[in-house]
Amino acid sequence: MAKLTDLTISQALDGLKKKEFSATELNKAYIEAMESNRSYNAYILETPEKALEQAKASDERYQNGSARALDGIPLGVKDLFCTKGIRTTACSHILDGFVPPYESTVTSNLLNAGATFLGKLNMDEFAMGGSNETSYYGPAVNPWKAENDSRDLVAGGSSGGSAAAVAANICAGALGTDTGGSIRQPSAYCGVTGIKPTYGRCSRYGIIAFASSLDQAGPIAKDVRDCALLLKTMAGHDVKDATSADVTVPDFEAFLGQDIRGLKIGIPQEYRVDGMSADVIKYWDKGIEMLRARGAEIVEVSLPHTKYALAVYYIIAPAEASSNLARYDGVRYGLRVDGEHLDEMYVNTRSEGFGKEVKRRIMIGTYVLSAGYYDAYYLKAQKVRRLIRDDFQRAFEKCDVILTPTTPTPAFPIGDKSMQENPLTMWLNDVFTVSVNLAGLPAMSLPAGLSESGLPLGLQLIGRAFDEGTIFKTASALEKDMAFKGVK
Amino acid sequence: MAAMIIETENNKWEVICGLEIHCQIISESKMYSGSSTEFGAEPNTHVSFVDAAMPGMLPTLNEQCVRQAVKTGLGLNAKINKYSEFSRKNYFYADLPQGYQITQFQHPIVGEGFVDVALEDGSVKKIGIERLHIEQDAGKSIHDLDPCMSFIDLNRAGVGLMEIVTKPDFRSPEEAGEFLKKLRSIVRYLGTCDGNMDEGSMRCDVNVSVRKVGEDGYRTRTEMKNVNSMRFVMQAIENEAKRHVEVYEAGGTIEQETRQFDPSTGKSKVMRKKEFAHDYRYFPEPDLLPLQLSDEYIDGIKKDMVELPDAKRERFVRDLGITEYDARILCENREVAEFFETAAKGRDAKKVANWMMGDFFAMLNKNALRISESPISPENLGMLVDLIAKDVISGKIAKDVFEIMAETGQAPDKIVEEKGLKQVTDTGAIEALVDEVIASSPENVASYKAGKNNLLGWFVGQVIKKSQGKANPAIVNKMLSEKLAQ
Repeated sequence: MAKLTDLTISQALDGLKKKEFSATELNKAYIEAMESNRSYNAYILETPEKALEQAKASDERYQNGSARALDGIPLGVKDLFCTKGIRTTACSHILDGFVPPYESTVTSNLLNAGATFLGKLNMDEFAMGGSNETSYYGPAVNPWKAENDSRDLVAGGSSGGSAAAVAANICAGALGTDTGGSIRQPSAYCGVTGIKPTYGRCSRYGIIAFASSLDQAGPIAKDVRDCALLLKTMAGHDVKDATSADVTVPDFEAFLGQDIRGLKIGIPQEYRVDGMSADVIKYWDKGIEMLRARGAEIVEVSLPHTKYALAVYYIIAPAEASSNLARYDGVRYGLRVDGEHLDEMYVNTRSEGFGKEVKRRIMIGTYVLSAGYYDAYYLKAQKVRRLIRDDFQRAFEKCDVILTPTTPTPAFPIGDKSMQENPLTMWLNDVFTVSVNLAGLPAMSLPAGLSESGLPLGLQLIGRAFDEGTIFKTASALEKDMAFKGVK
Repeated sequence: MAAMIIETENNKWEVICGLEIHCQIISESKMYSGSSTEFGAEPNTHVSFVDAAMPGMLPTLNEQCVRQAVKTGLGLNAKINKYSEFSRKNYFYADLPQGYQITQFQHPIVGEGFVDVALEDGSVKKIGIERLHIEQDAGKSIHDLDPCMSFIDLNRAGVGLMEIVTKPDFRSPEEAGEFLKKLRSIVRYLGTCDGNMDEGSMRCDVNVSVRKVGEDGYRTRTEMKNVNSMRFVMQAIENEAKRHVEVYEAGGTIEQETRQFDPSTGKSKVMRKKEFAHDYRYFPEPDLLPLQLSDEYIDGIKKDMVELPDAKRERFVRDLGITEYDARILCENREVAEFFETAAKGRDAKKVANWMMGDFFAMLNKNALRISESPISPENLGMLVDLIAKDVISGKIAKDVFEIMAETGQAPDKIVEEKGLKQVTDTGAIEALVDEVIASSPENVASYKAGKNNLLGWFVGQVIKKSQGKANPAIVNKMLSEKLAQ
C-alpha cells in the first residue's frame, strides 16, 4: 500500500470508510511527516495532540456509522485564521502570544465536518508579500528545487506555508487566503492546486483582515477534487459577515469530469506581458490545445484595463490595510512596548511589532487616504476598479471561463537581490492574479508542468461570479490531460 | 425674538451659530454588535469581541438603530435617503478599539429637514437641518483614578449615535436653547433618544462666528466640543461671540480651531489649532454593504409614527379649545400631553388645563416627581373637575380634596364621600345657617341696610364658614341678598 501521506483527501476518505486504516493512523502518519520535515518551515505552530484527540473522535464516528464529510482528514491552517484556544499571530510579532477565544467561521465549518488540525501554517506577515519572506518566523521553503541548483526557493506568498505543506505531503490539504493572488501564486510555485472562490462565498468572520474588500478564504490541495471537497465545506452564508453572500453552495465535486464540449474558453491577449518566460507561454498554449482537443471553443477576449490592475491593487489594498491594522495598538492584546505616554506607546509598539513590508503598506495606505490625495489616488483607483470589473463582465458575454498563466515566472530563490531591492519586482508576480480579486471573481491555479529548470508552473482559470462549477469542470479536464506529477 | 447684536463704538455685530448634536440611540443592543446598551453597568461588562476590535471580528448592522434614525429623520421633517453608505473615520485613541469609528460621511441616511422653534415673543423660527447620520460611540477613558495610569471602559464603545447637524441658522443663544429644548422633546416623543444632556445621552458641539450686520457670507468659525447642558450652550455662544468681536475690533483675526468649554468659568480655551486638526482619512467601510431602504420600509415607519409636539399642540388648540400658551407647555413632554388628554377626555379641557398648569405642576415640582410618578391619575384629576362642574364640591373644597389626592392617591369621589365634603345645596339647611348669621349680627345687618352693600361678602363668608365650607356659595349668596333686602 502507498504511504498514507501520499493519498489525496478523497482517497483517504475512501480508505477510512472502508476501514483500511484509522483516522488516528492517518493523523499519526502526517504528524510524523510534519515533524521530520521542519526544514520547510511550513508550520509555525504544531498541534499534534489536538489532531490526535480529534482523530480519536473521528474514529468513534467511523465505528458507529456517524462519520461526517471530512472526518479524520488532517489539515493545516494558515495563521491568518483565528482558531479557538490555538495561538494565532498572522505571522506578525505584534500578535505575540495572542490566543483567540473564538473560532473563525471557515475553520469552524471544517471542524464541524470532522477535519483535524495539525497546526498553523507560515505566511507573509498579515498576508502582505508574495514570497513568505515577510513572515516574523522566516520564509517557508519550497519543496521543489531547480535542476543543478541547490539554492532554497521561495514557496510563494502569502499562503507560502500552506502550499509548501501540501506539496511536501505534510498535510492532506490546507487553508489559504487570497487578497491579490495569495492562494494561486504559491500553489503555482509549489505545483499544487488552489482556488480563490468568489468574494462572499466564504465568510471572513474570524480571518484577520488585510484588505477587507479583497480577502477571500480558499483551499490549497493535492488535486482539483480535493479542492472541491474542501471548498464545499468551507463555503456558505454567515450572518456574522455582512459581505458573505446568501447563495446556495453547489456540490462542486459533481462538476468534475463533466463534458466540456462547446464550452467557450476566453484567452485574454493583454496577458501576454513583457518578461514572461517562454515556458509559461508554452504551457499556456498547451492548455489551450488540450481544451480545444476536448471540443471546447477558444475565443479571444479583451481585458484592456488589466494593465492598471497592479497599480489599483497597490492603492486599495494598502488603504484598507492601513485602517484594518490600526487596532494593533498595544492596548488590548498582543505585543505592548511601553512609553511615557499613550502616543509613545503606540509608536514603540507599532515600530517594534510590524515588519518592514507591513510598515511600507501602512504608509502607502495612509498616504493615499490623506486629505488632498484621496481623490487622486483612492477615488481614482476605485473608478478603475469598476472598469476592470466591467472588462470581465464584457469578456464573460463571449466566454464561459478564462484561461491564463498564474504567474509570469516560476519560483525564485529565497533572498533574491532584485526582489529585495525593488519591491515593485516582487509585486509583479501578482500581475495575472490581482485583477481577479479586484473584480471579486473566482479563480483557480492548477499545475501545468515543469519549466526548463524543472520548476512547476501554474495555469489559472477564472470564472463568472459564483460559477466555481465551470472552473472545476474545466480544471478537471486540464488536470487529466496535463498528468502533472508531484514533487520527487 | 430679535437676533443678538453686539454693539461696539463703530460697529454692530451679528451672531451666527450652528449646532452638531450627538444623540445616543435608544436600542436594545449596540450599533454593530449584540452587546447590551444598558447604562451604568460595571465597567467592561457589555463588551463583545467586535466591540473590543479583536482580530478578525466584523461589524454587522443593527436594524433597530436604522429604524430609530429614520424615525428621527421623519420627526425632523427631513428627506430619508434610500441609499446611504458607511465610512471609516480613522484616528488613534485608547478608547477607540478599532482605531476607526464607523460613521457615515458622503451619503448619510437622512438629508435636509427643518424644525420650527417657538420663541418667547410668540414668533416661530424655522431652523434648517443639514443632515443626520448614524455612527458608533467610543468607549470612555478615565484619567483620574490613578496618578500614572488611565483606565478604559468599553461598555459605551459601539453604542449607536445619531449626529444631527443644523444649518448655521441661529442668531442668538436663546434660539439655540429653544431649539435644543424642541429637539429633545421630539426625540423623547419618538423614543429614539433619552435626550439627557447631563447623562451624556445628548451631547452638543457649538459652532460660532460673527459678522457685521449687513455683511454677506460667513466669517471664520470656531467649534466648541461637548458642551453638556442647554445653559452652557447658550453661555458658550454668547461668550465666544463676544470674544470674536473683541478680536476683530482689536484688528486681529479669528482662526479656525477647536475649543474646550469650561463650565466653571463659562469661557472656552483652545484645544486644537487648525494645523493640528486630525486628518481622519475617511473612506467607505468595506465590511458593511451600502444601506438600501425600500419605500415599504420607510412607509412602515411612517405609519408607526407618533403624533409629534407641533401637531399635538395644534390639535389641542383647535379641538380642545385651550390656549396656545397652555398647549405649548402641555405638549413639550409626551407623557404630560398624554396625561392631559386622558384627564380632559369628555369634559371641559380648559378647566383641566388650568388645574394642570396650576396646582398639579406645583405639586409635582414641590415633590420633585416626574409625571409618570404622579400620585394623582389623569382619570382622578378629570373626576375632580367633574365634581366641581356638577356642584358636588366647591372650588375651594376641591383644593383640599386635591391635597388629599396628592397625599393618598385616592379617587376624589371617595374622599368627598368619606370626609363628608359634599356641598350643601339643601336650601332648608342653608336657610337655617343664614338665619343664624343674620340673627347674631344685628349691627352689620343695620349697616348693610343703610347702604353698605359690600358687607354681603362678609355675610356669605360667615355662612360658608358655619357650613364648614360645604354650603353652595351661589345659593348662600342668593338667599342672603333676598333676606337682607326684606
